[in-house]
Amino acid sequence: MKALVIAAHGSHLNAESSTPTFSHADTIRATGVFDEVREAFWKEEPSFREVIRTLESDEVYVVPLFISEGYFTEQVIPRELRLAGWDVADWNSDGLSATHVTLESEDTGKTVHYCGPVGTHESMTDVIIRRAESVTGDPDVGPGFGLAVVGHGTERNANSAKAIHYHADRIRESGRFDEVAALFMDEEPEVDDVTDYFEAEDIVVVPLFIADGFHTQEDIPEDMGLTDDYRKGYDVPAVVDGHRIWYSGAVGTERLMADVILERAADAGVDVGDTLETVREATRAAGGAR
Amino acid sequence: MTELQRVTLRRAAPNGVECDGLVVSHDRSGYTFETPATRHEQLDAEAFDDVAADHPWLVSNWHYWHQFAEPSRRDFLRWVEGADDRSVADRYDALPEGLSREWGQLHITAELAGAGERRYHLRHVADAGAEVDSLDTYTDPLDARDLAKHDDAGRYRPLKTAPTLVDGWAFVDLTGRELLQTVDFFYPATVANWYREQEGELDVTHFRETAERQTGIYDVIDELPQEAVEWVAEACCVDSQCLKRREWDEDVETPLDVPRGDGEFPCREPCSLVVAAARKWTKLEQEEEQTYEVTMTESELAQLADLVDAVAEGRTDEIREADVYDGANRYRARYLRAKRMDDAGRFENVTER
Repeated sequence: MKALVIAAHGSHLNAESSTPTFSHADTIRATGVFDEVREAFWKEEPSFREVIRTLESDEVYVVPLFISEGYFTEQVIPRELRLAGWDVADWNSDGLSATHVTLESEDTGKTVHYCGPVGTHESMTDVIIRRAESVTGDPDVGPGFGLAVVGHGTERNANSAKAIHYHADRIRESGRFDEVAALFMDEEPEVDDVTDYFEAEDIVVVPLFIADGFHTQEDIPEDMGLTDDYRKGYDVPAVVDGHRIWYSGAVGTERLMADVILERAADAGVDVGDTLETVREATRAAGGAR
Repeated sequence: MTELQRVTLRRAAPNGVECDGLVVSHDRSGYTFETPATRHEQLDAEAFDDVAADHPWLVSNWHYWHQFAEPSRRDFLRWVEGADDRSVADRYDALPEGLSREWGQLHITAELAGAGERRYHLRHVADAGAEVDSLDTYTDPLDARDLAKHDDAGRYRPLKTAPTLVDGWAFVDLTGRELLQTVDFFYPATVANWYREQEGELDVTHFRETAERQTGIYDVIDELPQEAVEWVAEACCVDSQCLKRREWDEDVETPLDVPRGDGEFPCREPCSLVVAAARKWTKLEQEEEQTYEVTMTESELAQLADLVDAVAEGRTDEIREADVYDGANRYRARYLRAKRMDDAGRFENVTER
């Protein structure tokens, strides 16, 4: 038997933080690729510390539902899962290229295929584009539009910004959008000045966050000037400095994220057959933001 | 008992079968079929089938349990119907009516389905005697996640084993596997840890060890004073706040005085809520104590104690609007604030000595 564990942050305070994790898990559960699919959290239950023992399967694929490589993927999750002999060097990653390592969990003896985070997988680029499609309601969105990929950014961890630049670069190179910018909350260039970075009248703004919460629902809309008080809400699109801003909310709530999770597990050796195509088609049919 | 169950048993015989008093084997001399009361030896296949037909409960009972290879799952389901304390005959007499156990706030009932299979029903203990028609019924284990998310007042429940599970629902006609999944969504990992405890293999991680493992912003909690760990447990880890039975202590040599709780399932390590709260308390405990002089009446001082107690016990919603005799009554609190506090919400007439 084989199991998938989706390892996410969760929240003690916000009931909705875990909702995308559960939704993506349900999508994958329904494909039947895994005998078991279980969600695990840093701030909710089951904890990372105990999730492996809840599984019947001896073969476990763990995919972190995080945007960047860093503290959580390199220290917290491997430590809490009790991965014997974990060494971040085994990933041999440049901050973007972690795929997977196979180790044993000390308390259960089960085999754990520990994967890189979803946010740095190349297929995440497609989710950002899908997000732009779903927020504009236009499956061909691109020409005449600018796209801003927004990350948290932090001076403390260089890897935090890498995922944002990586996907922005890929979308820019694809030529689908007239302009593409990588913007941040806590470092330059800042999302506050979003309209300064675009000539295009229409700008799609996609925050590279896993769940909607404080940053994506309060900070970023207010910083960009979509609203002076998040409680009043805002329009999509909203006009700021003569630009129409199509703000999408957290990319992690996009249904296509289930595909990235599966891609990570497939890279670690799970035979997924044609399930990836099925998920891509099904998540498109089911629509975007929930 | 079905033909399939009987044939499956016969085919399992060469590997040896032992289940609730049924012992079956096969060697060169033939099949052996032993029950608590009888023993038949040197049976050929036809004779085996005839004997098995005389003991349909033992056969179907074995067939049901042999499907659960994973011991924690099998043992939990057996616990639900008291399989280790009741004979097969007793259980098969009682199962048509249902055998029930409580697991935290869950009331679990096992029933006999066709051919000795089981089906399970699950509801809140408060609804144990309710008509099923009066409850919202579910059959998909995934729905447990939504039911477990908020309390009666609509507040988010980050701690799944808080004794605040809403009632008014029932899961009906679950398979054993579905029951286990549902229980795991209500009370994650409780079955796995309960089983380890039954086996004498519960891996307890005590507070100090958990604290020393922390990194990042939680790194500080290993500085929490030893006596404060008692207060942490008293604040968070008692039956009124969590249905798990605390098995961790300060460290392996230093038990805490706070009662462990009466929960059926053990708590093997401080949870993330305790760790997060301990971080705040570590910082608060690092403040220097000061002596303050404050002017207030004896009743006002008593009122402060009432306010703390009412919040700590979650009693504020129960205090009647007009019950100004309760120190934690809202109007009493507003009067105290109007009289004694400034616009910034600080007590006036307090001086540091």
